[in-house]
Amino acid sequence: MSAVTLRPLRSDTLTAGRLPRWSVPVAIVGSLLIGYLIADGLQESPNLALVAGLGFVLFLVTMEVATRLVEGRRQASDRRATHLVTAAFVLALVPLGSVLWEAISQGIGRLDATFFSYSMRNVVGAGGGAAHAITGTLWITGLAALISVPIGLMTAIYLAEYGSGNRTAKAITFFVDVMTGIPSIVAGLFAYSLMAMIFGPGSVFGFSGSIALSVLMIPVVVRSCEELLRLVPNELREAAYALGVPKWITIVRIVLPTAISGLVSGIILAIARVIGETAPLMIAAGFTASLNNNLLDNPMMTLPVFVYDSYAHPGSDVTPYLDRAWAGALTLILIVMLLNLIGRLVARRFAPKTGR
Amino acid sequence: MSKRIDVTDLNVYYGKFRAVEDVTMTIEPKSVTAFIGPSGCGKSTLLRTLNRMHEVINGATVEGEVLLDGENLYGPGVDPVRVRRQIGMVFQRPNPFPTMSIKENVLAGITLNNARLPAARKDEIVENSLRGANLWEEVKNRLDLPGSGLSGGQQQRLCIARAIAMEPEVLLMDEPCSALDPISTLAIEDLIGQLKNTYTIVIVTHNMQQAARVSDTTAFFNIAGTGAPGKLIEMGDTDKIFSTPDLKVTEDYISGRFG
Amino acid sequence: MTRPVTHETVTESGDQGGPGVQATAADDKRRVGDSVFRLLATGSGLTILVILALVAAFLVIQGSPALLAPAETLKTQGYGEFAAWVAPFAFGTVWAAILALAMAVPVAIGIALFISHYAPRAIAQPLGYVIDLLAAVPSVVFGLWGTSVLAVATQPLYLWLNTHLSWIPFFGGQASGTGRTILTAAVVLAVMVLPITTSMCREVFLQAPRLHEEAALALGATRWEMIRMAVLPFARPGIVAAVMLGLGRALGETMAVAMVMSGGRNITFQVLTSNNPNTIAATIAQNFPEAFGLKTNQLVAAGLILFLITLVVNMLARWIVARRAEYSGAN
Repeated sequence: MSAVTLRPLRSDTLTAGRLPRWSVPVAIVGSLLIGYLIADGLQESPNLALVAGLGFVLFLVTMEVATRLVEGRRQASDRRATHLVTAAFVLALVPLGSVLWEAISQGIGRLDATFFSYSMRNVVGAGGGAAHAITGTLWITGLAALISVPIGLMTAIYLAEYGSGNRTAKAITFFVDVMTGIPSIVAGLFAYSLMAMIFGPGSVFGFSGSIALSVLMIPVVVRSCEELLRLVPNELREAAYALGVPKWITIVRIVLPTAISGLVSGIILAIARVIGETAPLMIAAGFTASLNNNLLDNPMMTLPVFVYDSYAHPGSDVTPYLDRAWAGALTLILIVMLLNLIGRLVARRFAPKTGR
Repeated sequence: MSKRIDVTDLNVYYGKFRAVEDVTMTIEPKSVTAFIGPSGCGKSTLLRTLNRMHEVINGATVEGEVLLDGENLYGPGVDPVRVRRQIGMVFQRPNPFPTMSIKENVLAGITLNNARLPAARKDEIVENSLRGANLWEEVKNRLDLPGSGLSGGQQQRLCIARAIAMEPEVLLMDEPCSALDPISTLAIEDLIGQLKNTYTIVIVTHNMQQAARVSDTTAFFNIAGTGAPGKLIEMGDTDKIFSTPDLKVTEDYISGRFG
Repeated sequence: MTRPVTHETVTESGDQGGPGVQATAADDKRRVGDSVFRLLATGSGLTILVILALVAAFLVIQGSPALLAPAETLKTQGYGEFAAWVAPFAFGTVWAAILALAMAVPVAIGIALFISHYAPRAIAQPLGYVIDLLAAVPSVVFGLWGTSVLAVATQPLYLWLNTHLSWIPFFGGQASGTGRTILTAAVVLAVMVLPITTSMCREVFLQAPRLHEEAALALGATRWEMIRMAVLPFARPGIVAAVMLGLGRALGETMAVAMVMSGGRNITFQVLTSNNPNTIAATIAQNFPEAFGLKTNQLVAAGLILFLITLVVNMLARWIVARRAEYSGAN
């Protein structure tokens, strides 16, 4: 049996054989600089993405060589992994930053009073607004929430309080998961087909859009509410039962209030999730240029569909239409982000006081 | 106000597994009965069958009789919710309702059962119950603050106040001090000593000194091995059980030779 | 000393009834409350099963005229023979999703590792929120961004790839002059599936047994070696499930594709040309508003095909997750 030979340490201090700390920032700056010079040679005006890409490759190569020489093969692969993993994160920030930047810079111009107070009725070219689309979104999403929250919450209660472990509950859990994966456009087709069966083909109106959104929203509500109900300590239920409190009152007066902040936040996040849906509303609620406050008759415009419509069906002068599209997109992002923010704040602010 | 409990040939099952086998015992009113024994011997399970709390656990079933002053808790037409209103319970870990104030916690049993009482009557119940639980002096100025803001020992006494506000016949305590520090434990033990003047008290405890200190009667449970059901081995006056038990196995357990 | 509680029966409480344990009329009333509530809860759960069944049933009912109609009728009143019509779109759906996943998965795993094992503890959660922000951007906004920003920005790159790397079959053909290609659509899809894939990966990475990780580190492993030894093997089924979930999302995504790509009906693996296979979802979205009669039926039938594809993918993903939960003992 041959003795295991360990790589001899180059020196007896623990910091020996390590690259100095400044090596990474120096390598980054250097690589970017060289990347810029190369890009400058290739193009008239160097493109930022090209510089970053070239710089990153150069940085990886430099560090690989340097670490291999100074620290060894294992450290080199460790550093490479660190750099790649960090780069993945930074890379994901690029589209996020770009989307937000474009939406703000291109959308802010039309985010004026007209945009919020006028519809597109009789508007050709510049002017007009998304008032009809914003009210439509509020109506349709509001009704969808009105349908989804009771069904979703009660299902969550069934799963967490009544059915744990039995076959029905397992089936429901499985199909809720399946439902989470329904493509949004299929939900739209479902709502359209349902209305077509009842009211005849071509029945396109707001209520139908609410049905489509509900199909998408219910599973989200169920999942988040169930999770939260399961977080309520069993001891509280037992305490109530031991006081001779019936089960349903225990659920309504003890379990739900204890979980209320999480439930509200989960529901808000679910609304945020569906409020930006486009495809199902295009199919189920249709297009219109006018304000329509009747969920049961005639197409109803929504903000996402407004964005799509402005982009896809511009007039001869494209600019005002694109401006409106971006303004709508910015409004939509603001609404969704606001809902997300409120949801998270509610969850944090009103979380039940635990312990002391 | 306190009633006697007679248990006859009681078997408790979790699904097919028999957790407690053939228990027959009498629990006297206005006294403290302690259940002791090693972990898993079924003493907590038995305690829960005394107010049908075991039914909260899926698949738990009972055979035999539990008589509350002659009325069978498992007879036909008996409502478990009604049973629990008469037989209160205090749990291992203090569990005040986190969404309620101290006052609301004490009144929880009454308000959650939809009883409407005049405000003065409510205040009276709150004060009496908190005094009964030795907590009044400590909390009388902050009745509207959340119950979860109290210390562990105070929370446990709040839970006792909540239980006695229902004016039960019997008070079941499932290791009520196991999550508390020694000083809080002492406060609870003092309280048990006072409560037995009014209630029938059954306490499960792992702490033998505690059983010796607070109880009048002690029941020792044991299991033959893992998977075997728990059995009542010996029951009698606490003094006798702790000094001259009839059985060797009881003496071994009490003197700390096993368990 | 405290005085003992004075005991009076709480007769004011109308619900209290008699002193015994026998049920009274008041108890019966309360039991009705209990069973009504239970019924409501159970009913809601069953409603979900019914809704799902209805979704399938209505798609079948509304789609069947197109599926049953003779090819001749479809040629005159519809979009043409069903199988031949839908095949390129089905191909485009799967092809775009695969391209998207090929780009998204490595990045998602990287981000998940970064958040779970590299980023300082204190900022790991906020970083997670940042990635979740991507999920908050509505798909129509991504579509708008994809077509008016990304396509423009990537077009020079496509030209370069097309000129210098056209020997790779994917990059062959005549490069699009607008950048609105299936590759751009796939990039947008990749960005859109990133949050769900990342968060699922992150979850499984965080569940990796700490003891194994510490054991690996104590043996002198570098961080990367520790991840390869203790984290990745444990997380493999979870990663597969995350990929499947992302795939399900990518397959069903409509607007980004509909807006970015001017899709046609040719089956090709070339990703830089302006002749791209459209996806099912985008086809439906682009044609539905103008469709009528048999055309509507045909689009619904295409939706049914999409539904089935995503159903299989999602069920597979859930099955993998469930199986993993069973043998890892994790919940």
